[in-house]
Amino acid sequence: MKKLWTFKGGVKLAGFKKLSRPSVVKSLPLPKRVILPLRQHIGEPAEPIVEVGEKVYKGQVIATSKSFISASVHASTSGTVVEIEKHHIPHQSGVSELCIVIKTDGKDEWSPNIKPNQYPENLDADEIRVRIREAGIVGLGGAVFPSAAKLKPTRQIDTLIINGVECEPYITCDDALMQSCPDEIVQGVLLLRKLLNPLECIIAIEDNKPDAIEAIKGSIEKLREQGEGRVATIKVIAVPTVFPTGGEKQLIKVLTGKEVPKNGLPYEVGIVCLNVGTTAAIRNAIYQGTPLVSRYVTVTGSLAKQPANYEVLLGTPIDDVIQAAGNVSADNCAVIMGGPMMGQLLPHSQSPVVKATNCILLQEIRPDIHNNVMPCIRCGSCASACPMNLLPQQLYWHAREKSFQKLDHYNLTDCIECGCCSIVCPSKIPLVHYFRFAKSEMKDHEVNTKIAEQSRVRTQVREARLERIKREQEARKAQRKADRLKKKAAKQKSDKKALAG
Amino acid sequence: MPDNNMTATASSPFVPSTISVARVMRTVIYALIPGVFIYIALFGWGVLTNILIVTLSALLFEWIMLLVRDRPVKVYLFDFSAIITAILLSLAIPPLAPWWLLVLGSFFAIVVAKHLYGGLGYNTFNPAMAAYAVLLISFPLEMSMWISPLSETSQSLNIIESFEYVLFQVLPINMQYDALTSATVLDYVRTELSTGKLLPEISRSPVFGYLAGKGFEWINLGFLLGGLWLLYKKIISWQIPMAILTGLGVSSLLGYVINPDIYANPLIHIMGGATILGAFFIATDPVTASTTPLGRVIYGAGIGFLTFAIRSWGGYPDGMAFAVLLMGMLVPLLDYYTAPKVYGERAR
Repeated sequence: MKKLWTFKGGVKLAGFKKLSRPSVVKSLPLPKRVILPLRQHIGEPAEPIVEVGEKVYKGQVIATSKSFISASVHASTSGTVVEIEKHHIPHQSGVSELCIVIKTDGKDEWSPNIKPNQYPENLDADEIRVRIREAGIVGLGGAVFPSAAKLKPTRQIDTLIINGVECEPYITCDDALMQSCPDEIVQGVLLLRKLLNPLECIIAIEDNKPDAIEAIKGSIEKLREQGEGRVATIKVIAVPTVFPTGGEKQLIKVLTGKEVPKNGLPYEVGIVCLNVGTTAAIRNAIYQGTPLVSRYVTVTGSLAKQPANYEVLLGTPIDDVIQAAGNVSADNCAVIMGGPMMGQLLPHSQSPVVKATNCILLQEIRPDIHNNVMPCIRCGSCASACPMNLLPQQLYWHAREKSFQKLDHYNLTDCIECGCCSIVCPSKIPLVHYFRFAKSEMKDHEVNTKIAEQSRVRTQVREARLERIKREQEARKAQRKADRLKKKAAKQKSDKKALAG
Repeated sequence: MPDNNMTATASSPFVPSTISVARVMRTVIYALIPGVFIYIALFGWGVLTNILIVTLSALLFEWIMLLVRDRPVKVYLFDFSAIITAILLSLAIPPLAPWWLLVLGSFFAIVVAKHLYGGLGYNTFNPAMAAYAVLLISFPLEMSMWISPLSETSQSLNIIESFEYVLFQVLPINMQYDALTSATVLDYVRTELSTGKLLPEISRSPVFGYLAGKGFEWINLGFLLGGLWLLYKKIISWQIPMAILTGLGVSSLLGYVINPDIYANPLIHIMGGATILGAFFIATDPVTASTTPLGRVIYGAGIGFLTFAIRSWGGYPDGMAFAVLLMGMLVPLLDYYTAPKVYGERAR
C-alpha cells in the first residue's frame, strides 16, 4: 500500500454519479453543422488556414498557431466551411469569439492524411511530442492547457500522475472512459513514460469508482500477460473521495506529499500531471494518427431526461446534445457546463461543445441559493474548508472594499474557485463570486497601474529629453556667442596690428 | 451594508450551503441545555427567571433596533443570536437578580454592544461579556449575591415566589434574602485569603464540593458535556477551549506548585467559576474571536492566563469576562499576523 497524504480542507459531497451510468457510452447523430472556436485552450488563439467555401475532411487542420502555448483546431467531421465569424462560445459571460463553422456533409469522412501508425513503438520522444502538438491535444480535465507544452520539462521528473479522480459531483465522463477504453489509457501512459522518464507512474482514481479501478488494473494485467514488461512501473491508486482531490495541486499533495510552489508549476517539484482523457487522446494521436476531434461528455442533472455519457464531436451545438439526450423535463432549466461546484452557467445553449466540455449539467434554476444572505459571523468554516489554506473571510472583506494590496497580502490569486468556502458558509455568502469579481478587478487595476506607470515614465523621459535639448541649445548658443566674441577680439587684435603695422 | 440587495448570482457553486446562521446558533442553544437544567435543579427557579427576563427583553431590544436600523426583522430576529447572548448573560448574573438589573444588562448587550457596533457580525466585543462587565462595575453588590445550592439551605422559593421576588422584591413572610445566599467558591477563597487564612484550611469549608464549588461543579460538568458535543458537531473549533483550559491549567498549576497556601489548585480554577462556560460557549463566539488556527490558540491561551491573573491578583473573584474582552481587543492584530501559510508558499 502506498502512503497517501491529505491536503488541508476540502468537503465531502454527495456524488450523484450513478445517474449518468458510466458503464455505457452512447453516440449522437451527426449534427447539421459544427461550430469550432479558434481558442479552445489556454494561450494564443489559433489562426484559420481554411477559407469560406472550402471543403474539409474530418481531422483536417483548419486553424493553427506558431505560439508555443497554443493548440491547433481540426475539423471534427467532413463538410464545407460556411462561416468564419464570431459566435457565442460556452462561457458564463456569454462572449463571442471567432469560430469556424462547418456545414456537415453527413459522410464523416476522415482526411486521407490520417493513417494509423504501424509501429508507434519506434517513434522517438521528439517525434511523439510533435505529433501531440499537431493533434491539438489540451488538458481535457477542464484546464485545457496545451499538453505538448507540459511534456518537455527542464528537469528530472520523479512522478507522472494520471488524473482519473473526477471529484466533481455528477460528472462521469472520465469514469466512462476508464471503463470503456482502459487499454488506450495504459498505452498512453507508456508513451508518456517514454517522453518523461519518470521514476514512477501513478493512475489515481477516487475510491467511489471501483469499476474504473478494476478496468484499468485489468488492462495493465492483460498487457503484462502479453509480455509488456514496462507496465510494472504503473501503479493504480485509489484516493479518498473528498472534493477537490481532482484538483492538480491537491492530487499532487495527496499522492506525493509535495506542494506545487506558489505561482509555480508541478514540474518544478518533479511532477507532471495529466488527465486520463488527455492520456487516451495522446495514445490515439500516436497509434491512430487521429487528432482531437471528439470527447466524452456527461449529460446529467435532475432535469436531464436521459442522463448518460455521450461521445460528442467537438463543435456540436450544446442544444443538439441536449435534444439527443431526450431534452429537459422542465422549462426553468439551467444549462451548466462542468459540474455543480466549478461549472459555468451558460447563457447561450446554442454555443458548441469544446475541448473543455466534460459535462452538461441540467438542473433547476435556483435563484434562491443566495437569498437571505446574512452578514459574515467570522465562524471560519470557509477557512477550514479551503483546500489552498486561504482565509476566505478576510478575502471577502477586502474584496468588498476592493483593497487590492490586502487582497494580494491574503493571496487572492491562489484561489482555485473550487466553491468549498461558499457551500459551507452559514451566512450563505457567495464567496467565490466575490473572489472572481475581485480577481478581474485586480487584473484591471494591475493593467491600469502598469499603463499609468508607463505613461509616467514616458512623461519623465520626455521631460528629461526636452530639458536636455534646451540645455544643448543653450550651450550651443553660449558657444556661438563665445566664438563670436573670440573672433571679434581676434579681429580687433589683427586690426590693431594692421594699424600699428 | 445589507448583503441581501446583491443581485442573484449566476456563478458556481450551484450547490446550496447546507448550514445556516440560525442552525449554528440553535445548536449552541441545545448544547447549553444540560448545564442549564442542572443549574435550575440545584439552585432553583431563580435561574429560570434570569433566563426568561433577559431573553424576552433582549428579543424586544433586538426587534426595536432592527426596526430603527431598517433591517429585515424576520430574518434577524430568528437567527437566535440575540437569544444566545441573552442566555449567556443571564447565566453570568446571580440567580434571582432583580428585573431592572436583568433588563439593563440586556439593553447594554443588544443595543450598545451589538447594534451600535453594526449588529450581527460587526460587533467588536462579546455582547454578553460587555454587558456583564458593565453590570459588575456598576452594581457590585447585586452582582455578587449568589444564592446557595438548594441542598445547603432549608429555605427555597417556588416558581411564583421567585417571580414575585424578581419583579417586586417581595419575599414570603419570615424569609430573609441573606438566608438564600452564600459566597461562590472563588469569592470565598478570595475573602478568606484576604483575612490571612491559608488554602488548606479554607478548602475545608462546606462551599467546596468534590471538584470545586459545591453545586457549581455539576453545572460545569453539564456545560462541559454540551461543549464537547459542540466540538463533535464541529460548530466550534477545538483550539479556543483547549488553549483556554491549557493556559489556565498551566498558569494555575505553576502557582499551586510554587505556593499551594495562596494559589488554588488547577481543578478549582477549571471546574469552578465561569471557566467551562467561558471556554466552550463565550470565548468561542465566532464574531469576536480570532479566526485563524494559530490566532485562536494565542487568543485562548491569553484568556486562560488572564483569567488566572485576575482571579489571583486582580480585584474580582472571577476574571473570565474581562479576559475575553481584553483578548478580544487583540483579535484584529492576531488575525493579521497569524494568517496560515497558503498551499505552496513553503515550497516556494
